[in-house]
Parts: sequence; structure tokens; C-alpha cells
Amino acid sequence: MTPLLGVEEIYSAYGLSRVLFGISLEVFAGECVCLLGRNGVGKTTTIRSVMGLLRPSSGRVVWKGTNITGWAPHRVARAGIGFVPEDRRVFAELSVLENLTVAAHAARRSGRWTTDAVFELFPKLHELRNRQSGFLSGGEQQMLTIARTLMGNPELLLLDEPSEGLAPLVVDSLLEQVGELKRQGLTILLAEQGVEFSLALADRVYVLERGAIRHTGPSAELRDDPALRDRLLAL
Amino acid sequence: MSGSLVFSQFMGGLTTAMFLFLIASGLSLVFGVMRVINFAHGSFYMLGAYLAWQAVQWVQPSGGGFWLAAIFAAVAVGLLGAVVERFLFRYLYGRDELYQLLFTYALVLILGDAAKFLWGVGQLSVSAPPLLSGSVQILGTTQPLYSLFIVVIGPAIAFFGWYALNHTGVGRMVRAAQMDREMLDALGANVGTIYTGMFVFSAFLAGLSGALVTPIESIVPGMDVLIIVQAFIVVVIGGMGSFWGTFWGSVIYGEVLSFGILIFPGFSLFSVFVLMAVILIVRPWGLFGKPL
Ligand SMILES: Nc1ncnc2c1ncn2[C@@H]1O[C@H](COP(=O)(O)OP(=O)(O)OP(=O)(O)O)[C@@H](O)[C@H]1O
Ligand SMILES: [Mg+2]
Repeated sequence: MTPLLGVEEIYSAYGLSRVLFGISLEVFAGECVCLLGRNGVGKTTTIRSVMGLLRPSSGRVVWKGTNITGWAPHRVARAGIGFVPEDRRVFAELSVLENLTVAAHAARRSGRWTTDAVFELFPKLHELRNRQSGFLSGGEQQMLTIARTLMGNPELLLLDEPSEGLAPLVVDSLLEQVGELKRQGLTILLAEQGVEFSLALADRVYVLERGAIRHTGPSAELRDDPALRDRLLAL
Repeated sequence: MSGSLVFSQFMGGLTTAMFLFLIASGLSLVFGVMRVINFAHGSFYMLGAYLAWQAVQWVQPSGGGFWLAAIFAAVAVGLLGAVVERFLFRYLYGRDELYQLLFTYALVLILGDAAKFLWGVGQLSVSAPPLLSGSVQILGTTQPLYSLFIVVIGPAIAFFGWYALNHTGVGRMVRAAQMDREMLDALGANVGTIYTGMFVFSAFLAGLSGALVTPIESIVPGMDVLIIVQAFIVVVIGGMGSFWGTFWGSVIYGEVLSFGILIFPGFSLFSVFVLMAVILIVRPWGLFGKPL
């Protein structure tokens, strides 16, 4: 079986500072895969390299059998990869509804996600639909960035640290909603530092360390073996 | 000061203002979205004027000739804008201001010389289209029909621009591009194409205003630099990148100039510069702009 997304031995750098050293990973249709690792190990860089926001200096990104390395981000998006950035970049001066329609217009991919469907998943956004998005709370903005990306009807969702900086209660409801997306069959590649969030959702994990993959396996392994978890993550 | 004199000055100021608005709105749009100050915007205006003159020579005696010429000039300048953006301008995005200034100023010199080469250094003029060459009496003053036409066209384009930006899909994309270019790209929008479109629209407006000014002002070398200075002042007064700021900036500029001449004859631009200085001191980001 060929994976939906294949990342093959990519090396990425910001100018002269090299960050990724031969990352390889696979995501199969319907899976939720998590990139786990502490601050600065290269999770965001990996996701940006997949999205075409950063061009790997070597290695390949393969989407459904097609080599998409070096494609512009909008082409990657239109091919069906949805990107939710770590720093919640809502279009601050646009209303919630406008953020959604801009995204639908940008991706030009039809499918099950419409504003109604998105509001059903995030009823809070429906209440706030005419509010300027820059005035939303952190949790509301996080919902909006996810909803906005869904408007492009992606087949794979790249979710970069959705729980970062959110209150525990907000994290719980977000977990619920992302879990719902997974149950509906959406493929997800998640980047997280938090073990709780990622292990609750992921089927498999890749543990990153200094730009390379240190460990890979089913998330149940980490869930059931605190010693392994501590060895990999508590460094 | 009699009522009719005041009205007459007011209308004169408004005509100047609406011309300036047509020109400055393109300058402000490109700055607002792409963050580049295009000093060659005045050169597009100048080329619009020369091209309109040229086209009038070709189609001459026919009655609708002026309008055809104006559309031809605007479209031709728009196309030139497409070439300039695709092959030159896009390397300026994200560069520092000095670099942008030098580059666009080089373009001013090149286009200025090209115009002298093609059309010489003499004054050229175009007569107003027959439909609008008369005048009407309003409140005891004589108003040329052509000025009234300009006074109507300015707000019409302002309204169209405002509506397009705020109530259409493309307009929302342009505003989103202004807020976060990379994010919009990652959502699937080809931001490069949006930028080209904005630049072409801005060049089109400059070309159109150049063509429309020909019945009122003669076409001479140097008109490019003269207009860009004025448009720049308008944009600074109103606030860089602010749409309504550009509109009201133009009105203020036009009226201050018009009444300034009356109050301090011989110092026509003096009052405008004083105004700009005061605004820059009190609100450096302009009347409608946002602090950076
Ligand atoms: N724009 C940049 N320019 C230079 N170095 C960068 C840039 N962005 C990230 N880095 C560096 O690259 C390394 C990996 O960063 P990355 O953002 O991928 O980590 P991360 O795993 O996502 O971390 P976090 O959990 O904090 O989000 C870090 O050492 C970081 O300092
Ligand atoms: Mg990160």
C-alpha cells in the first residue's frame, strides 16, 4: 500500500543554520500520526517543508505517488494538503465568516466542508461569525484556523501544536473536535510537545530529536510504557 | 469673498482632488498590499497621457475618438504594468525601502527618457470630447462640463473600489493578502497572481487618469515627477495604504490648494506643504492610517 504522504530523507535549513537531518516518515489514509518532540527539535520545520513553505535542500516529499518537492504552497494546498499553523494566523481584520469564505475561495476544492458544516463542528464560531477575528480569544482563534483550513476540503490536515498556550478546558474541547475529524476519516499529521494531547489522538508517533527521528512506533507503546516515554521525552 | 467665488474655488479644488484621487488610489493600493512605494506610478500616468494623444491622432475626426483613445491608453498602460510586475517588480517585495526607492526611481528616468524619445519635448494637447466640451451655469458660475464629469467619476471609482474590496470574494482575498501573504498562499490562493492583478489595476488607473487629464492640462515632459510628488503628499496626508484616507487626502489637498491660492497668491503649493508638515508632526501615520 502506498502512503498518502511520504517524506523521504529531507534535509532543511534556514539559511546557514541546518535544522532537519534526513527526516523520513509516512502517513497512510485515515491515520492520525504525531510528530512528538520538545522545543526546537524541528516539528514545525518538517511541516513547513511538506507544505512547500520551506524548500528542503535534499530529499523528497511525495503526495499520492507524485513528487511535490519544491511546489509552491498554493499548489500543495490545492492538491489536498491543509495547513494549520502553530501561531494561529487568522486574518485579524476580517470577520470569522470572512476568514472562512476567503479560505474556500482560495483553495477552490469542493467537498463536505461548507460554512454550515464547519459551524456544526464549532458552534462557538457560529455565534461569533460576524466578530472581527483579531478580537477572538486564543482558543477561539485556534478553532477558527482549523475551521478555515477545513473550508479547503483537505484530504490531509497538518496540525501544528494546536494545544499550545491554551487553558486545559479549552484543550479538552479541542481534543474532542479534532477527535471527531479523525472519526470522520480525515487523515491528520499532528505536531505536539504535549504527550496528553498527542497520545489521546494519534495512532502512531515519530519522536524527533535535534532534527532527526529518534523513535517510531504505535502510540499505544508510549502510552503504556512510562519508562520509554520518560527516556524519549523527558531529556 | 462672494458666494459664487467660493463655490467656483470649491469646484476647482474638487476637480483637482478627483484627478489626484484616481492617481493616488493606485499608488496607495500597491503600497497597502505589496508594501512597495512605486515612484514610477507617475510615469504610468504620463504614458497614459501620451498614448491617449497618440491614439487621438490615429482615430481623429470621429466623435467617439477621445473615449476610445482613453480606453486604449489605460489598457496599454495596464499591460505595461503586467510586464513591469512580472519581470521586475516582484523582486522588490520584502526588500528594504532604499532599494525600492532606487529601483522605482530608475524606472522613472527610463520611462521619462523613452517618452521624450518617442514624442519629443514640446507641449501636446487634446481637445475635450464634443459631448463634454460645453459648460453650464451653476450658482452664478460657469462650470465646464468636463470638470463636472471628473467630479462625478472620482467618487464613482471610489465607491466601486470600496465595494470591490469589502463585498467581493476577490476583494476579501486582497485584504487577506495584505494581512498575511504566506498564510493565504498556504490556503491555496496564488498570491503572485493576485499581486500582478493589483499592480495591473493600479497601472490601469494611472493610465486612465493620464488620458483623462489631457483635455485640461497640456502633455509635457516632467508631468510624471510633478504628479508623483502630489500623489505622494495625498497618500501621506490620508495614511499609507488606507483607501478612504486617500480619498479624503485628495479632497483636502485639492481644496487647500484651491483656497490657498486665493488667500496667499503666489504661494500656491505653500499651504499644501504646511498642511503636510502639520499632519506629519501630529499624526505621522496620516489621517486614516494606522501607526506602524
Ligand atoms: N525562521 C528561522 N530562522 C532560523 N532558525 C529557525 C527559524 N525557525 C526555526 N529555527 C530554528 O530551527 C530549529 C527547529 O525549529 P522548529 O520551529 O522546527 O521547532 P519545533 O519543533 O517546531 O519547536 P516548537 O515546539 O518550539 O514549535 C530551532 O532550533 C529554531 O531555532
Ligand atoms: Mg513548532
